[in-house]
Parts: sequence; C-alpha cells; structure tokens
Amino acid sequence: MTEPTGAEHWTPVCELSDIAPDTGVCALVKGQQVAVFRQARTDRLFAIGNFDPVGKANVLSRGLLAQLGEAITVASPLYKQHYCLSSGTCLEDEALKVPVFPVRISAGKVEVAASQH
Amino acid sequence: MNSANPVQHYPDHSAVTRVVVVGNGMVGHQFIDSLLASEADQQFDVVTFSEEPRVAYDRMHLTDFFQTRSADPLAMTTLETYQGQGITTYLDDKVVSIDRETCTVTSAKGHTVSYDKLVLATGSYPFVPPIEGNDRDNCFVYRTIEDLEAITAAAENGARVGAVVGGGLLGLEAAKAVQDLGLEAHVVEFAPRLMAVQVDDGGGRLLKEKIEALGVGVHLSRATSRIVPGEACQHKMEFADGEALETDLIIFSAGIRPQDELAHSSDLKIGERGGIVINNECQTSDKNIYAIGECALWNGRTFGLVAPGYAMAKVAASHIAGGEECLTFDGADMSTKLKLMGVDVASIGDAHGVTPGARAYTYFNQPEEVYKKLVVSEDNQRLLGAVLVGDAEDYGTLLQYMLNEIQLPEFPEGLILPNHGDAKPGLGVGALPDTAQICSCHDVSKGVVRDAVVAGCCSVGDVKSYTAAGTGCGGCVPLLTNLVNHELEELGIEVSKDLCEHFAHTRQELYHLIRVGEIKSFAELLDKHGKGHGCEICKPVVGSILASCWNEYVLKDEHIGLQDTNDIYLGNMQKDGTYSVVPRIAGGEITPDKLIVLGEVARDYGLYTKITGGQRVDLFGAQLHQLPDIWRTLVDAGFETGHAYGKSLRTVKSCVGNTWCRYGVDDSVGLAIEIENRYKGLRAPHKVKFAVSGCTRECAEAQSKDFGVIATEKGWNLYICGNGGMKPRHGDLFATDLDKETLIRTVDRLLMFYIRTADRLQRTSVWMDNLEGGLDYLKQVIFEDSLGICDELETEMELNVENYQCEWATTLEDPEKLKRFSHFINSDATDDNLAFVKERDQIRPAREEEKGNLIATAS
Repeated sequence: MTEPTGAEHWTPVCELSDIAPDTGVCALVKGQQVAVFRQARTDRLFAIGNFDPVGKANVLSRGLLAQLGEAITVASPLYKQHYCLSSGTCLEDEALKVPVFPVRISAGKVEVAASQH
Repeated sequence: MNSANPVQHYPDHSAVTRVVVVGNGMVGHQFIDSLLASEADQQFDVVTFSEEPRVAYDRMHLTDFFQTRSADPLAMTTLETYQGQGITTYLDDKVVSIDRETCTVTSAKGHTVSYDKLVLATGSYPFVPPIEGNDRDNCFVYRTIEDLEAITAAAENGARVGAVVGGGLLGLEAAKAVQDLGLEAHVVEFAPRLMAVQVDDGGGRLLKEKIEALGVGVHLSRATSRIVPGEACQHKMEFADGEALETDLIIFSAGIRPQDELAHSSDLKIGERGGIVINNECQTSDKNIYAIGECALWNGRTFGLVAPGYAMAKVAASHIAGGEECLTFDGADMSTKLKLMGVDVASIGDAHGVTPGARAYTYFNQPEEVYKKLVVSEDNQRLLGAVLVGDAEDYGTLLQYMLNEIQLPEFPEGLILPNHGDAKPGLGVGALPDTAQICSCHDVSKGVVRDAVVAGCCSVGDVKSYTAAGTGCGGCVPLLTNLVNHELEELGIEVSKDLCEHFAHTRQELYHLIRVGEIKSFAELLDKHGKGHGCEICKPVVGSILASCWNEYVLKDEHIGLQDTNDIYLGNMQKDGTYSVVPRIAGGEITPDKLIVLGEVARDYGLYTKITGGQRVDLFGAQLHQLPDIWRTLVDAGFETGHAYGKSLRTVKSCVGNTWCRYGVDDSVGLAIEIENRYKGLRAPHKVKFAVSGCTRECAEAQSKDFGVIATEKGWNLYICGNGGMKPRHGDLFATDLDKETLIRTVDRLLMFYIRTADRLQRTSVWMDNLEGGLDYLKQVIFEDSLGICDELETEMELNVENYQCEWATTLEDPEKLKRFSHFINSDATDDNLAFVKERDQIRPAREEEKGNLIATAS
C-alpha cells in the first residue's frame, strides 16, 4: 500500500469492529464509493472501488472474500467474477480493472485515502 | 391436428418423401423419432394416424395411471411437439384400407393420404377367450388408458371383487391394479403356474406363494367355461372342473395377438397364426410397406416386448432414410426383469432348458423366499438361461454372460449362491465386447457408454442424461455404474473429488468431519482439515453444513463471512443490487389482514409486487437500508422470514384439499402448513421444495417437487426427488398410504440423509440419479435401517427443529448487526446509481440507456 500523495489525504470511515471478519462494507469517501474488506485470519484491510463493471451496480463490498492461489479476491455478488484486492484486476477478464485505494488503521479507525471525485 | 379437410394436398417436391405411419404407440413414435433424427439428405413429410384419442404414451407403465389418475405423466410426446416438427397427426381415426396400386391409405373418418413409404405399427390387440358371457357388462381388457378409465369407473360404481383372466406378466399387473383400486383381487390362469412363459415350475410355485401372501387369490389350471350372472356378485365364472368364482368385474389378459387386419385386407403376406411377415429390413411383402413392433412377424416369431419393437423402428427408419449404414433386424432377446406387486422376477434366455443337452443349477431358499435357476450348456461353458424370483440382483450380470457367450467360471453355481463374506465371481466389465448391450430398454451398448465417457461424461448421472441408459426400468444401473467407473479408470481420468484448493475433501467428508469432530466454525475446520483463507466455493458449503448440523444464527460473527450473496443480507439480491423480500406464507394460506399488510408495505416502499410459483408474494426493489424497517413491520404483523435467500427449505405448496374441494380426500393445506413449519429454515446442499395435494388430481403439482405428498383414501403417498426447472424430473413413488406420523418420520430421515450425502449444490433429483443402488437402496436405508443410522438422522432433525429461529427477528434485536444494513458505513446517503422506471404501473430497474431520463430515483 503506497502512501497517499499530493491532493489525497486519509479519511476515517469506521471502527475496525464495524467490519465483521471476512466481510466488506461500503464507505463514501470524497464522493466515491469504496469497498473496504477485512480478512479474518490476519485482520488485513483492502479497499477497492465498489462498482461492479460487469453487473454495472455498486455491490462489490457485498461479495465473498475468496483466495485463489496466491491472490486475495472478492467474488462479485452478482455474476461471481473475481477482482484481485491488491491490483483491482478481474481474474476472468484482465481488461477489466477496478480502482484500488490505500487503506490503514489509525488510532482504531479504518482510514481510506482517495482524491476528490 | 384433426384436419377437417378430407383430401390432403401436399406440395409435390421430389426431394420430399411422404412417410405415413399407421399407429402412434410407443413403437410408431420411436420410428418417427428415429426417422427425424436421421441424417438423410432427403426431407420427410410425416403423417401419422392413431385410433386412440391421444398421441404416444408409455404403455409399459400403464398401471401407474392408477396412482396419478392422469394420462399426462405417461405421455411420450405431445401434439404440440409433433406440430412443431411438422408432423401431420390424425387422432381417434383408424386407417381402414390401403390401396397399394395408388399408394394411398384411407381412414375411418374418410381421410385419404398418399404415401411413398408406409409403416404399419398397429401393435396388437388383447386376446379375449371365446367364452360364453365374455361380453357381459364390466368385462374389460387391459391395453389402453381408456380401458383403465373404464375399470376405474366400474370400481367406483360399487364393484367389490375383481378377477383377472390370465396369470402372465400383464395379468399380474392388472391384478395389482384391481387390488390398488380397493377390490378383492383374483387371478385365474389356465396353465399350472403363473408367468408360464418366463418362469419354470420352481419359480412359479414361489411366485404363487408370494402373490397369495399379498392377498390376491391365485387359481391355477382353471379353464373358464362360461360366465353367468352371480348371486353375491355380478358375475359367476364357471370353471371346467366344476368349481366357480364370483366376481363383479373381469379383466381379460390372456395374451395378445398381432393387429394385422389391415395387412390382411390389402393382401400383404401374413403368418399362419397371424403377424405381418417382414424381412431383416422390416419390409413386408410390398417393399414400400414396412411393419414394426407387435404386429410384425420375423422369422416366424412375434415380439411382445417394447425393446424389439424399438429395434425394428430404428431398422425401418434407417432403411427409409437410406444412409450409409443401414441397420438390420436380427432377432431380439426376450429376457425380462420386473417387479410384480413388489416381487422381483427375472427371466433370461432359455429359462426352461429346452436346448438339447442343457443342464440346470437350482437354488431355493424357502425362509427367504428366493428361487434361482441357471440353465447352462452341456459342456458347462456357456449360460443359456436363468430364472430369478424373489431376488433379481444378479440379472444384469447373468444377462451379459448369456448375450455375449462369456465363458462361465469353474463353478457356475457361485453366480447364484448367496454371498456370505466371499466375493461373488464378479463379471469384469472389461470382459464385455463393445457391442454388449448394457441398457436393454434404450438399447445402449458398452461402446456407446464408453464414447459418452470419452466425450466428457464423468459420472453415472452424466451418462444417464447423455445416453438415456439406465433411465428405463433401471435394472442395469449397477452394471452401468461399474462400467462408467471402469471406463474413467481406463482413460486415466482421475476425477478429483476435492471441494476446492482449500479442502482436499468432498462435501460428504466435510460433513462428517464437522459432525463427528463437533466443529463449530469455519476457522476451526480450516485449522484442522484445510489450508489458506477459503474461497467462494468452500465458504458457503461449510456455512451450510454448520447450519445443518448446529443450526446457529447465520449472521453470527464467526459465520457471517461464509454467507453467499443472498444469505448475508437475508434477502435476494437483484441485478441492480436491490433486494427482494419474501415472507413465509406457510402452505400458501394467508389471512386477508396479513395480505393487506403485505400490500401496505409494498405500497409504502414502492416495491414491485409479484406472486411467486411457491404461493408467496415477492416484493422487489428494496434497498439495503430499507430492509430492517420493512421487516420490522412484517415481523410485528406476525410474518417470519421465508428463507427465499437460502439453500434451504423454500415452500410447501398445497391445493385447498378436502376442507373446500369437492374432490379432496384429505386436508392438504393443514399438512402443508405442518410440514413447512417443521422444516422451515433447514439448510441443505441446495434449495428444497415440497408440495401436498389433497387427491390424485394433483393440483399442487407435488410430483415435480423434491418431496411431494398426495392424499389417498388410505393415507398419504410420498414422491421424492422430483424437479421442475431446467431439467424436469418426475418424482419417484417412495411409499404409499402412510399415516401422518410415519410420513413425517420418513421425511425427517430422507432430508437428513440427503443433507449428509449430497454434493455441493446438488438438487435431490441429481442426487437420486447418482445414488448407487437408487430407489431400492434408499428404501433399505430409510425403511429397513440398513445402515443403522435412522435414530441419528431423527435426532439430528429434532435438533434442527428445536433450534429454529426467524433470522430477521433475531437480526432486528441486534443494533450491531443492523449497522450493516445501510449502503454506506459512514453516511446515510443512498446509492445514486439506482434508478427505476414505471412499467404496467409498477417500478422496474432502469436500463443503462434510460438512466439519463429518470422518472424515479433512489430515495
């Protein structure tokens, strides 16, 4: 996760406990819908865009976390394509990509960095 | 199509061959199917006549009519299908003459149709012995659905006793039907044993004892001399030996005769004892006229079974289509296996040992009522025939020995002796030639099964759907299973049964690990038996198994991450990310007040409203943040979650039953509600649907459900593993005339056994198709407790029932859980991508191109 630069800055979105282990929530950050996931075994956080480019709906935060080989992904709740949480790439169609956002825990708060949209 | 036009004019294309098929029974239908499926260059214009008022139906399962009282389940095709295939069909119209000069046929209703090729598939007619009084009222034959309707009507008109003349295969079927109609049943046979053609004296004696034990009177060596008015009953049958039998109705089932009248009157060659003479191509003495099925005489023989008829149909079709490989008919094996009134009977080849030099081995076990006989060649090398009564499990193996002339083991008796520890000398499927017929009902050979496996079929279920093997009488399924496994092994295909990369186990294995190890969470299971983090395959499977075993709240912290798209928000996600709301309406019964509440909720939240196939109301277009408010209103009004989102019990559909219906015989709604309330919320490998019908008219369509219950005069009939949807499957009759307590206990056991043993996302229909041993095996497990697990299954179900909770009621109590029901975790704003338009006075999601131009946006 790269440090935010320039115009970006960290926005606190919720408590860590607001995200049940191995699930996601959707946060509104600077006008953008961001899906934030919490991996159960490691408490690692991931943040990607919430818009599903295949189903054309804001639903990715409601998908199941799925490990495929090395990749940690979310399976779209609509048509089950997998999006890599680190790169945003769709495993079924590499031409499809969703944005990835830096995310961290600071003073117990989950924070996401996104620029104004 | 009953055309009003008496003379048919068809376009005269030389490339089009007009094929007229006289008779639309099973064989006539098979011929049409084969002809249309042929890859011939020419086109066929098919015209078919039937003297019956309906298109082809499954006459082999005619007796099933008494269970359903409906002709539909027996149908092999429909008039619409025929029309769609361009076939001209004349029903209830018999062809009465052939003009071979002008190549035309004329029907009773005066239709004259010309032909290029004519196919006679007129079947046979029941032989009624020339006895005085055989034309009295309530004397029937047993051949068509109309015959069965007449018999049913007579039974309903007060007949108490029924006698069947003829103790053959069909006669015993008829006797069962008589008994099922609630009459005292008798069989009167001229020969000294039952099924005289198929079984020998030893087998016949045992068969008689078994049939009598079922409450059917068996009268052997009785020649009926006349039928006169009775005293206690309508008729008195007087026998040549001076004895007599009083009965109210009589069914003649004393054999069949080829229906060759039409051939006779048009001077085609007929056999001395009837039957239209055909050659190996199924052509009659006129090369443009073919005869197939029971009306045909080949090599001096007629064939009263459907398999040879099908074979002839395919031969005639291939000959007319004129492809490169023309088939020929070279006789047919008349071996049969069937279950008569619950008694297994099988007959193979030379059952009576008439081959010169033939010798026999016999095994007779009186306590267990099993009789088996092998007929072998003089040199003990080949099997010539066999008779099996009471236990026909060896049929498939023995038939292959006989058909393929496989060398017998050193001690052939081992093939029929009971297996106490030592394995029977099995028949390696590898030893069978490619031409070996595995399924005789659908004529599927070993080679065809292997080709199916090569083409990608990886299970018995796949091979069944691909080749139809094993879908007729089912007798070949054990052999088929061996063969499929063998072919997979031969190909070096190792079918990985691992659930996914995180668990090297099948679903069944995981179920047992969880149950036996009392594992209560995914994390614990992953630590003990898996690796990695899990995926969208294993998580929902484990979530479902945990719920089936322990039935904890599915949104508990340790379970919530396992729930799939719908379960995790307790609603069904639609294409735009909104949800549909489906409250439980048990049995489809709802008070007006509650119906009004549903209407008010739908109106207040602007939800699209539709009635579901499961007799409920579905409210679409609810947004995440609206779900808790909607459900609070519904729960306050007495509704519970409908689990429409879960792989779990969905609905128990019902007809109105005897409470209101003039025809109902029991309270189907009451039972449906009781069943639905017992099993609601039960998580299973896939969704489970029930239905309960209050009579055999079956308005609840129970036979298309996973579990279907139909009221009878004596209790409830249970059908299982039916399915609608993409691949419809008719439910199998599992048990009859159950009282309610037994019914519930049976379903408890069946459901838990399905949950234990099914694969991931496997509906009961596919589960059954893949269950080794099939229906009989399942009956042993459930009724005879052959695995010794019935107590466990019942206890497990009790636990599930006790731990039921309405997941929405629980969720509404927990403010932490409710936080998740908001589009944003950090804002009360809603999803600005949602948009709806109106159609037929209700909302629907806006299409992409409509989104700029909205009439309603998210609120």
